[in-house]
Amino acid sequence: MREVSYVKALNEALSEEMARDESVFLIGEDLVELGGGSGATKGLAERFGTHRVRQTPLSEAAFVGLAVGAAMTGLRPVVEIMYVDFVTVCMDQIVNQAAKLRYMSGGQLTIPLVIRSQGGGGTSEAAQHSQSLEAWFAHTPGLKVVMPATAADAKGLLKSAIRDDNPVIFLEHKLLYATKGPAPREEYLIPLGQADVKRPGQDITLVATSFMVHKSLAAAEAVADKISVEVIDPRTLIPLDIDCINTSVQKTGRLLVVQEACTHGGFGSEIVRRVTEQCFGALKTAPRVLGGANLPMPFSHPLETACIPQEEKIIDQIERMVTDA
Amino acid sequence: MRIPEDTLREMLRLMYTIRAFECRARQLFEERRLRGSFMGALHSYEGEEAVAVGACIGLRPDDYILSTHRGHGHCIAKGVDVKFMMAELLGKETGISKGRGGSMHMFDPALGLLGGNGIVGGGIPLALGPAFSAQYRHTDQVTVCFFGDGAACQGNFHESLNLASLWKLPVIYICENNQYAVTTPVNESIAVANVADRAAGYGCPGEVVDGSDVLAVYRAVTEAVQRARGGAGPMLLECKTYRYQAHCMVIPDRRDPQELARWQKEHDPIRHFERYLLDQQIMDEAQQSKLNEQVHKTVEAAVTFAEASPLPHPSTVAEHLWAED
Repeated sequence: MREVSYVKALNEALSEEMARDESVFLIGEDLVELGGGSGATKGLAERFGTHRVRQTPLSEAAFVGLAVGAAMTGLRPVVEIMYVDFVTVCMDQIVNQAAKLRYMSGGQLTIPLVIRSQGGGGTSEAAQHSQSLEAWFAHTPGLKVVMPATAADAKGLLKSAIRDDNPVIFLEHKLLYATKGPAPREEYLIPLGQADVKRPGQDITLVATSFMVHKSLAAAEAVADKISVEVIDPRTLIPLDIDCINTSVQKTGRLLVVQEACTHGGFGSEIVRRVTEQCFGALKTAPRVLGGANLPMPFSHPLETACIPQEEKIIDQIERMVTDA
Repeated sequence: MRIPEDTLREMLRLMYTIRAFECRARQLFEERRLRGSFMGALHSYEGEEAVAVGACIGLRPDDYILSTHRGHGHCIAKGVDVKFMMAELLGKETGISKGRGGSMHMFDPALGLLGGNGIVGGGIPLALGPAFSAQYRHTDQVTVCFFGDGAACQGNFHESLNLASLWKLPVIYICENNQYAVTTPVNESIAVANVADRAAGYGCPGEVVDGSDVLAVYRAVTEAVQRARGGAGPMLLECKTYRYQAHCMVIPDRRDPQELARWQKEHDPIRHFERYLLDQQIMDEAQQSKLNEQVHKTVEAAVTFAEASPLPHPSTVAEHLWAED
């Protein structure tokens, strides 16, 4: 299979869906020449015209509101918020409007909307450009939440998100855009709500999201001679493929969730809650969450690195959990 | 502008209906409050009838409106049957939003009613969407967005008016300036004399309209609609009006009673229009009071329908969240 970058995979997904369905349009900042914050929309204005690739003023409340209203009336908007940190200025449109309109209208309205954004740290962009905010959205009933970690997943999940009739928050990671991986050139879909076992194993279940999938895989490889680690990427938080995680924990008896988001109130705790409720008898040791520090992301490199779960910490945690029991 | 007599009679019928509906809804609210049951907040549109009716009577069924927390008048003026509204107020399964929305969240997409909003100003960015959608699909539908003087102070007003004007979206923003944002008078909220004056800052026309004169509203909106349908972009209309009740049923009225009495004596939209119809010999007093009686019967029948309707079954609580359910 050919290798493709994560950002190119996103670009292909957008391009294929725009070619397939005229009601799909893109809206956001700097989408035309720059190709958006990541380059994911590069070339699409040339191919589909600027009436379908709408470059906006810096007015997130207005253009996210526009997208919600356009979705209410039959279009399929794909919004780009340049950094997920900027959702705070359009949170009303996402949380109070997009997420609730279908329910409040007794099912009369349909909101087929995708909001793409990039999260994560690792590039010294400090506290307002480095957050992982998936838990905010997962905590809002009515939103689906997708976090692809590979190029193949990025393409297949984005295409499914665009065809989904619900509001979908699609969270990319800034360190993943340049990464390459195998992904089919032809069209394919990955359903929302289907986890992927990225590495099979017997001794401990690692559930990791976004960029942490890669760090977890590296950690699993590093301990492979003594510990067999199963790495699961849920890929979508809402809906969550809890069955896949439960099946794994039934086998391994150990659960470690690795997330970049700060640990307090994070989605990792939710996974631990559900596994504890459903697989308590199978657990050989207390399930744990290895997450980001409960701090605003610092600028300086050593401080930033200290806030994000690193491979050595994951290895240490795996070893402690396996020897504990 | 010559207005057909049937249209004039229909305007009066709608204004009577709004007044009667609101009056009856308040009674139901009080009755239930004495029994210890709640109907939410309930924001009365009494006194502002000329705005909704003048604005909506000339719209087509496929034109869109965005309503507010004080939205019953907009729904009635856009053609919603009051029995489904009354059932919604009582939280019944037969309600227009199946009891999931209540007073502030009434939707009827088939009539172009894209909902009230519990967030003050929440509809302002959303209204860009149906307007964009019409432009994108090359239809000549227009969108009317109602909002209050309170909402005019939200930041999304600025973003939305700018984007609407920049992209020449077919949207008519109608500020219902009823002089108070909850309890704060407009001169303590807004730095300029008229909200409409702000239109200059967005490069679109603005106009102050007598909101107690249904014909003045009708003429102004008709011109704005023609402009928008023709591709000339948005317009900002400010209808000066006054609400007869407190902000809502659960907040005490602190306004000067003499001020209210003066508005009711000098600017009541219904009395004003009744006199006009008499003067023009379009309807005499007997015809008017007969029409008003019919309206009261319709509203009473709506109460009977609502009270006889079943409450939603708790087992259905999760319905209507997701499109696939």
